[in-house]
Amino acid sequence: MSSDTDFLLAIEDLTVSFDGFKAVDGLNFYLDEDELHVIIGPNGAGKTTVLDMICGKTPATSGSIKFRNQELTKLSEHKIVHAGVGRKFQNPSIYENLSVLENLEISFPRGHGVFGALMFKRDEQVVRRVEEIAEEINLKDELHTQAGLLSHGQKQWLEIGMLLIQDPQLLMLDEPVAGMSVKERQDTAHLLRRICKGRAVLVIEHDMEFVKSIAHKVTVLHQGKILAAGDMDHVQSDPRVIEVYLGH
Amino acid sequence: MNFFMQRMMGGKEGAVAFVIIAAVILVLFPLFLDIFRLNLVGKYLTYAFVAVGLVMCWGYGGILSLGQGVFFGLGGYAMAMFLKLEASSPEATAIQSTPGIPDFMDWNQITALPWFWEPFNSLPLTIIAVLVVPTIFAFFIGVAMFKRRVGGVYFAIITQAIALILTVLIVGQQGYTGGINGITDLRTLLGWDIRDDSAKYILYFVNAILLLGVIMIGRFVITSKLGRLLVAMRDREDRVRFSGYDVSAFKIFVFCLAAMFSAIGGAMFTLQVGFMSPSFVGIVPSIEMVIFAAVGGRMSLIGAVYGTLLVSFGKTYFSEVAPELWLFMMGALFIAVVMAFPNGLAGIYQKHRSKVIALGRRLCARVPFCPTYRVGAPRPSES
Repeated sequence: MSSDTDFLLAIEDLTVSFDGFKAVDGLNFYLDEDELHVIIGPNGAGKTTVLDMICGKTPATSGSIKFRNQELTKLSEHKIVHAGVGRKFQNPSIYENLSVLENLEISFPRGHGVFGALMFKRDEQVVRRVEEIAEEINLKDELHTQAGLLSHGQKQWLEIGMLLIQDPQLLMLDEPVAGMSVKERQDTAHLLRRICKGRAVLVIEHDMEFVKSIAHKVTVLHQGKILAAGDMDHVQSDPRVIEVYLGH
Repeated sequence: MNFFMQRMMGGKEGAVAFVIIAAVILVLFPLFLDIFRLNLVGKYLTYAFVAVGLVMCWGYGGILSLGQGVFFGLGGYAMAMFLKLEASSPEATAIQSTPGIPDFMDWNQITALPWFWEPFNSLPLTIIAVLVVPTIFAFFIGVAMFKRRVGGVYFAIITQAIALILTVLIVGQQGYTGGINGITDLRTLLGWDIRDDSAKYILYFVNAILLLGVIMIGRFVITSKLGRLLVAMRDREDRVRFSGYDVSAFKIFVFCLAAMFSAIGGAMFTLQVGFMSPSFVGIVPSIEMVIFAAVGGRMSLIGAVYGTLLVSFGKTYFSEVAPELWLFMMGALFIAVVMAFPNGLAGIYQKHRSKVIALGRRLCARVPFCPTYRVGAPRPSES
């Protein structure tokens, strides 16, 4: 087994193969505390698969994922969440039939068991935290709106809010600005810069302008392997990256 | 009190609906129906337990079980076994070659009471068995299915298969279960004759009050965070999982709860009807119960009761008028409801809710002591 590290997240030799096709191939990847890291790469590079493996949705074929030196590959999904990992999906994944308030309340980290959920009470602490988060994601006035009626951008924010209320140490966002207007993109960039204080954020994104505006570090994936990593300028000037992804 | 109103009744509107259904069951039917018809309604209402359970697990949890008859049957058989043992005292069965065992065992050359019948000599153990055996059975099915993330159509087919298997088992093990005839000729409960009219009245009311209690428990669960989680799971199972919940635990819980509700209904069925047979366990009754819930509205606990009553009345009526066509009519009804009123009776009510409430207010305003009673409100004769 690999030794303990100071990294928040340490991925070593991670491989997953689907019927012989290696979607992720011997990946090594490290993430510091408080780091805002963006993964870019062409379609099929294995970006989403990496997130799926960190959060337990896809089991790894081999390798290790350590979060604060705790091995994640053997934990079930909800235990990984309890360990402090939050995950946002590519399409806004919210409960359309419930109100914004209820969406956030369900994500509040209490009463996760059957009887805890039966006896859960919406007390002052819950309401205060929900309002705080709603303020953060610009949905304070929509608390009682049915979530299905929100705009696309608001749904994306709501899902981010649902993760924030869990107060995860690692927040993973899969294409958070897809389908957003320019104004919404700017607001989201501000939001991400605010929320990466005190936690690490791992983002998958295609929009290079957006990546430039938020990333501390960038990793380029190609065919399941790391092609380049470093700060944005370094990555952008790498000839191989230009070749396979950025174009001319 | 506030807790009771909000959580058990579902707020003011829920309380009104609850009072209306209570009045219909507890006052209207006993006043206007003779004991034969009332007993029939009592029988229908035992199916309503299953329909209420289906609203919980299908409507809210999104788990369509086509095998709820299994749990209804297990509850019913547990009660029937107790009553049968009481009816099989050595004196009453003196003509058998082995006195003191149920008659069908004697006919099948069984000479001693099987071990699993022993607990049913005691009423407390029987009541525990009614509640616990089906729940544990549901728990095992739930663990086996939901932990492996089997759901949707696959789950429905498996429950259907379980219903068939249990029927075959009961029919095949004639000496232990009474076979195709079921367990018949039940007479007394602790010496109290359950066949005479006064007993039928009392059992009807016990059944009705239990049903109302079950609806209240259902309300309590639905209005809790668990209820919202069920709806959330139905929409976005992955999101719930990645919000830190063990989704399978909630599915298992609601499936077990529905099983327990069904079992109570089954036990009350045996008491009121006086026998239990495999024809209430298998595929056809299990699907009928889904139709009850669909017609009533699968998101409405009280709608399920109306749905059950309506379809059951229809079934009795049409099966007398056109016995050969009844099953086709039932199928047509199900298709029609799903096509035209996907939310059933409750959906129709929701659509016209404002009109119904306005009408209710107008009627209410004419009744003294009603919250909205107004002195000088127009009387029917004046308007």
